[in-house]
Amino acid sequence: MSGGHSTYTPKTGFGRWMDARLPLPRLIYDSFVAYPVPRNLNYAYTFGGILTLMLVAQILTGVVLAMHYAANTELAFGSVEKIMRDVNSGWLLRYLHANGASFFFVAVYVHMFRGLYYGSYKAPRELLWILGCIIYLLMMATAFMGYVLPWGQMSFWGATVITGFFSAIPLVGDWIQQLLLGGFAVDNPTLNRFFSLHYLLPFMIAGVVVLHVWALHVTGQTNPTGIEVKQKTDTVAFTPYATVKDGFAMVVFLFVFAYFVFYMPNYLGHPDNYIEADPLKTPAHIVPEWYFLPFYAMLRAITFNVGPIDSKLGGVLVMFGSIILLFLTPWLDTSKVRSAVYRPWYRLFFWLFVADAILLGWLGSRPAEGVYVALAQLGTLYYYAFFLVIMPVLGLIETPRRLPNSITEAVLEKNKAGSLETQPASQR
Amino acid sequence: MSDIDSTHIPEHSRRDFLYVATGMAGAFGAAAVAWPFIDQMRPDASTRALASIQVDVSAVEPGMSLTVKWRGHPVFVRNRTEQEMQAAQETPLDQLKDPVARNENLPADTPATDLARSAGEGKENWLVMIGVCTHLGCVPLGQQGDFGGWFCPCHGSHYDTAGRIRKGPAPENMAIPTFEFVSDTVIQIG
Repeated sequence: MSGGHSTYTPKTGFGRWMDARLPLPRLIYDSFVAYPVPRNLNYAYTFGGILTLMLVAQILTGVVLAMHYAANTELAFGSVEKIMRDVNSGWLLRYLHANGASFFFVAVYVHMFRGLYYGSYKAPRELLWILGCIIYLLMMATAFMGYVLPWGQMSFWGATVITGFFSAIPLVGDWIQQLLLGGFAVDNPTLNRFFSLHYLLPFMIAGVVVLHVWALHVTGQTNPTGIEVKQKTDTVAFTPYATVKDGFAMVVFLFVFAYFVFYMPNYLGHPDNYIEADPLKTPAHIVPEWYFLPFYAMLRAITFNVGPIDSKLGGVLVMFGSIILLFLTPWLDTSKVRSAVYRPWYRLFFWLFVADAILLGWLGSRPAEGVYVALAQLGTLYYYAFFLVIMPVLGLIETPRRLPNSITEAVLEKNKAGSLETQPASQR
Repeated sequence: MSDIDSTHIPEHSRRDFLYVATGMAGAFGAAAVAWPFIDQMRPDASTRALASIQVDVSAVEPGMSLTVKWRGHPVFVRNRTEQEMQAAQETPLDQLKDPVARNENLPADTPATDLARSAGEGKENWLVMIGVCTHLGCVPLGQQGDFGGWFCPCHGSHYDTAGRIRKGPAPENMAIPTFEFVSDTVIQIG
């Protein structure tokens, strides 16, 4: 962990007694107090802490909501309305949980883009990145199943469409789909198992988060320069420096979150989900929750057959492939330089990639017709090209800017430049 | 350690055999224990028991449709008009995106003629099919779309008056379930 040696010294008799038997206080001290972090971390690096907070908040609100929810097709919709109207503070808990899922994804997307920008996935942090990708996959599964539980129209038809992906698999597709649904269509067995798994998966996420943090503390954090920590002056202690910075970021984040919960709690939801599920009537326009929209756009962008692969299977493959690319990122990026700060071309393509993801998200919310389909096809092409062409090729041909010798040097240079800019009047 | 010469041990010793045998037994045991956990997720007996229903269609006049629920899916029962049948019969087979009838009651490679899609000779006016878009499972809207048949609002698939896919992302014609007329006015589905 902190360079392999612990600086913890128990101060009380009980502390020494504990330390000789179960050194948990030592682990906490070494991991979250004395742990050295790069001195130049900016606010983009606070989202890991925010994500931990959101996970805990989702588990807490979820556990209490489960005390009032009934996982049965006859009762589910009514029980959610009961939570909203009858259960004391039920409306608050449900809005916290529903908007909490959205803000969980806001934080995870910032966290992931941060990783892509500063090259956090590069050696020796490949496993750290892959564990993060696994957490992201588990999050998507959890969020999808959670959205089915209120048993509204979007719940039902979202579940129908998404489990329909599996029927595209040749030969065993229908068998797998029936295994997931527990029937021939989305029905009571589906709702029951989704509730069970929705309760289970967050704890699996928590387990992978432990591995993620463990891997982080083995390799140490990256930082905006992408240069490894070389000397003691490159770091500061986790507490108070990172603790206070993370804490402040959490407060700002929760402020925005609270604004949504109290002033626009249904803005990120869909009105059709306040209509009870009807297996005989499809809503006019099925859209997933906003955080799945870019992938939904890619799914629908494949409107043509490619050889033996029909458009349906092709769309499903492209959608899942877009996530598999994330797992391969550490090996697709050939550049020796981590941070986009010193890679002018990568920085340009990175921001184009961010714009592309947002464009795909918007297209996913549009009907699949006319110009939207063509744009989604272009967006999908860039998404794939970014990982499969730009990342490998750019690393070989780009000339990076000069790297500072150490984090300390980078910080001092920046401070010098900053003080020259702010003090020209007094020096004249 | 180096003075223990491994060549003195026979290449395939009794111990190797025991290791492999124990490992195999363990793997089979683990698989046998895992199977019930997977098996319980498959459709249960009560779901499978709903596999057959009877529908009285005596009140369905030409141009009218009935939607019934079977295995959790809507089934469209339509008494088609003369014009609808004519339109479907006159469609050349080479214009179909999916040339196969997708009719459970006929061999799997039957061409998707209007007769093969309908309830058969003498009952050509009856169309019985699972009202689920073959793309991603939405329920198409009746008597809409470019071909006067069904239109799926989710991703824009157009079906003709025989429920055959004509335009859009859906890969197959809408499925026709196993069914038969048990009397002149009662259909048994499943």
